[in-house]
Amino acid sequence: MLRRLYDEQPESFAFTPANLEWAKGQIAKYPEGRQASAVIPLLWRAQEQEGWVSRPAIEEIAKMLGMASIRVLEVATFYFMFQLRPVGTVAHVQVCGTTSCMICGAEDLMAVCKEKIAAHPHELSADGKFSWEEVECLGSCANAPMAQIGKDYYEDLTAESFGALLDALARGEVPVPGSQTGRFSSEPAGGRTSLKDGDPAYEGNSSVSLAVFGQDTVKRITGDEPALRMPEAEGAVAEAEPEAAPEPEAAPAAPAPAMDEPVAAAEGEPTDPEPVEEGSKPPTLVEPRDGQPDDLKKIKGIGPKLEQLLHSLGYYHFDQIAAWTGAEVAWVDANLEGFRGRVTRDEWVAQAKVLAGGGDTEFSERVDKGDVY
Amino acid sequence: MSDLRKVIIDGMEIEVDPRMTLLQACEEAGVEVPRFCYHERLSIAGNCRMCLVEVVGGPPKPAASCAMQVKDLRPGPEGAPPEIKTKSPMVKKAREGVMEFLLINHPLDCPICDQGGECDLQDQAMAYGVDFSRYREPKRAAVDMDLGPLVGTCMTRCISCTRCVRFITEVAGVPEMGQTGRGEDSEITSYLGAMLTSEMQGNVIDLCPVGALTSKPYAFTARPWELKKTESIDVMDALGSNIRVDVKGREVMRIVPRNHDGVNEEWLADRSRFIWDGLRRQRLDKPYVRVDGKLKPATWGEAFKAIAAATKGRKVAALAGDLASTEAVYALGALAKSLGWSTECRVDGAKLPAGNRSGYVGTATIEDLEHAQMIQLVGVNPRLEAPVLNARIRKAWLRGATVGHVGQPTDLSYDVVNVGPGRAALADLADKEIGRAKELETVVVIGQGALTGADGEACLAAAMRLVENSRSKFLVLHTAAARVGAMDLGFTTEGGLDAALDGAEVIYNLGVDEIDLPDGAFVIYQGSHGDRGAHRADVILPGAAYTEEAGIFVNTEGRPQMANRAGFPPGDARENWAILRALSAELGATLPFDTLGALRAAMTEAVPHLGALDVVPENAWTPVASGDMSEGDFVSPVTAHYLANPIMRASQVMAELAKLASDRARPLAAE
Repeated sequence: MLRRLYDEQPESFAFTPANLEWAKGQIAKYPEGRQASAVIPLLWRAQEQEGWVSRPAIEEIAKMLGMASIRVLEVATFYFMFQLRPVGTVAHVQVCGTTSCMICGAEDLMAVCKEKIAAHPHELSADGKFSWEEVECLGSCANAPMAQIGKDYYEDLTAESFGALLDALARGEVPVPGSQTGRFSSEPAGGRTSLKDGDPAYEGNSSVSLAVFGQDTVKRITGDEPALRMPEAEGAVAEAEPEAAPEPEAAPAAPAPAMDEPVAAAEGEPTDPEPVEEGSKPPTLVEPRDGQPDDLKKIKGIGPKLEQLLHSLGYYHFDQIAAWTGAEVAWVDANLEGFRGRVTRDEWVAQAKVLAGGGDTEFSERVDKGDVY
Repeated sequence: MSDLRKVIIDGMEIEVDPRMTLLQACEEAGVEVPRFCYHERLSIAGNCRMCLVEVVGGPPKPAASCAMQVKDLRPGPEGAPPEIKTKSPMVKKAREGVMEFLLINHPLDCPICDQGGECDLQDQAMAYGVDFSRYREPKRAAVDMDLGPLVGTCMTRCISCTRCVRFITEVAGVPEMGQTGRGEDSEITSYLGAMLTSEMQGNVIDLCPVGALTSKPYAFTARPWELKKTESIDVMDALGSNIRVDVKGREVMRIVPRNHDGVNEEWLADRSRFIWDGLRRQRLDKPYVRVDGKLKPATWGEAFKAIAAATKGRKVAALAGDLASTEAVYALGALAKSLGWSTECRVDGAKLPAGNRSGYVGTATIEDLEHAQMIQLVGVNPRLEAPVLNARIRKAWLRGATVGHVGQPTDLSYDVVNVGPGRAALADLADKEIGRAKELETVVVIGQGALTGADGEACLAAAMRLVENSRSKFLVLHTAAARVGAMDLGFTTEGGLDAALDGAEVIYNLGVDEIDLPDGAFVIYQGSHGDRGAHRADVILPGAAYTEEAGIFVNTEGRPQMANRAGFPPGDARENWAILRALSAELGATLPFDTLGALRAAMTEAVPHLGALDVVPENAWTPVASGDMSEGDFVSPVTAHYLANPIMRASQVMAELAKLASDRARPLAAE
């Protein structure tokens, strides 16, 4: 396939601040003079952020890495995973068309794509929400036919279930990835034939639960995602600090003590998080009332891990969260170690108000039905 | 190297350096290995697969000999030397296979291809290919890009060897070409289809083993077998690049570089390569004499008479220009001596010390630059003044050398440590206590930008102090091909140009076109092109250009080289030495030689090292007395890279290049 730059290019490209920090961390992995090694991660992150790789992105990355633009263009045009044309705003659908999937009905899936999205691969749908392409084997042959949508695999598809998937995505939902016929991972389609007394409690495999937890299947990556934080980036920032404000006397005489602190910080040792003094801390409980905490996971955006974190901070009930004021929300936002800013982003307070009043949100209904966890 | 390895190549046992590649070892053994992507002066790509050989006892498949080193070979049984076969059935079959693959997409358009007759693919298909094709499908189509006025493209012929990409990136240092896409759809392109900007881009035409990149000015004008090829020397800059001038009939059809490791390796600057159309235009083809303020065509006899009348009993100054061969300068010098004329060759005002060869040539060779660990450039912009030399410095830089620069900051295609823009920085350097650099191999290069000021001698003295303090070698980079030769011949006057012209009523101008001559004087211009010097002249004597007469030129490192005659001068124009010989008889001071051989004998007797062609004489170190430097920045004397002499100014190709270069420079200037 002839791969060229798209004829309509955006004016400019810039990484989001968080992505930029991440990119600097990637660059810091390589020794001086070998920064070009970070070209593929950076191009990939640019694509995750924008959906595709544009000319300004190529030039910006070339500048960041001290490379000639043509060298970055060579890499971007070589790898088919880099999209050189705009993709759907909601999702780019990659249907596997290699042998196993083809035998099991990949051609039907592509017919769905042609009908629902666009007549040709790499073409935008009329509403601009979707685009599709046929890709080579994605390695999920046991669950054929399948498609990769955004970051995740949707497996065991039929034309109907695939069509429904696309409709759900168009409505703004993010369907649960994995097998769409309900089987676990790539176990036999007709149920287990051996090792039958394993743990029956599981409801999805780990990559599916990660996807459900992260809710970032088709999301554009801005770098604020907790799971994508990079230790290198944090190390680089910690190391940069003493340089920014050097102590005048310390430098030549006693380098060792001066180095102690930043090194410890750079290694990213899990230390007790110092509460950030921002906003005011909302009132807490030592333990749940009557020993019965509410199921905070009913709030969209709170997964098992965040629920635990909230418990450790002293929040167990919907009404507690519903009562947070603006300043209190800011405090919680700033103190959710690893999840900063989630309260505002996912609108916990509004959701909690509904749930505390005994109502249900769309998400909590799904949790009740057991669709989510 | 004492640590040599034995290898058996096609039954011959030879000893080679273990770091050599198999291909180099084969060449050492005198065995030819076909190749497309491999080139001695570029990095190894290993992508054409034409150089496959059989390594006995190795993996049971052919190995790419350009990308495998001798030290990686396993010894044979019982410690026998490893064995390589290049003529076995396996190799023959492999070569046929590779050739068949290469020809899948290569069009069979040899009859209309400019490379035909000198095409590596054609030759190797004849030698190693098969005489049929099994391919019946349509061939690949490709979009031809516009690389500018020099390099023509026909990308369907491209075999993706990437030599051009590697040259532009590694040697020229302007990474503007690349290979995008993959597989059948991979294409050689410049970034976003931009034109090439390198001042050495013409070399990709030579490097291209097929007809994908061809010379646009030469396109469809001649076939290689109709050309008469003459080995010569380039005079567009003072590097003395070795060239081959290809002539069809009377016309120069093209100029290509020759290999000379000590001078230009095998590269050539664009302004040396594409100059030939300047040799056809604006030529002086008959003598002229100014009558009543207008130049009128005349015969040689009339012109000589006019000169004899004008010079009789008057003070005459003889000036030698940038393109004059040593023979012409010697003849003019001998004539001037017998008639008591003053002489001068430093017409740009450079304060070169007469008679002190270490001061006007230096002690370093161009090859020394390549092995230097530190290079200090003073008042020089090698990229403009001698692009091929700049590539040499870049090569040293790639090997880890540090390059310092005194002069206005500019992009030299490698990183430099800019010490400062002008004289203050040079003074600091000259008086600085040099530490570590003393132990290293260092070269100081001074350019004409530092020498043409009024304080040029003081700048030279400061640079020479720096050379002494740092125990460096010294190179004076000239911009004029004739300058060193004329200095060697002592074609100077104490006090420089002003002293030579002082009170001169008549000026004998041997090809000086870059300066304004004083008003009032009677000017005799002898040269090849109707440029500034001819416009100012009262008598014009048409001379031969550098491709039309044999002559010795001494390059910037002091290496005398012979430029041979490739063609004949147009019309009544004559070889320069012959004009001077004829004129001397008219002036009553007949020069004592009738042939070029006799002239050369007399000249080499006077200046023996001119007779030792291609030898760089050692120069005794004689420091120049230091003086007071004024203030200010160094400015390179080459302001118009593509329009630096009358031949270039007569060339349409150069005019186009100059326009493109100034268009490129304009948005930068606006910033």
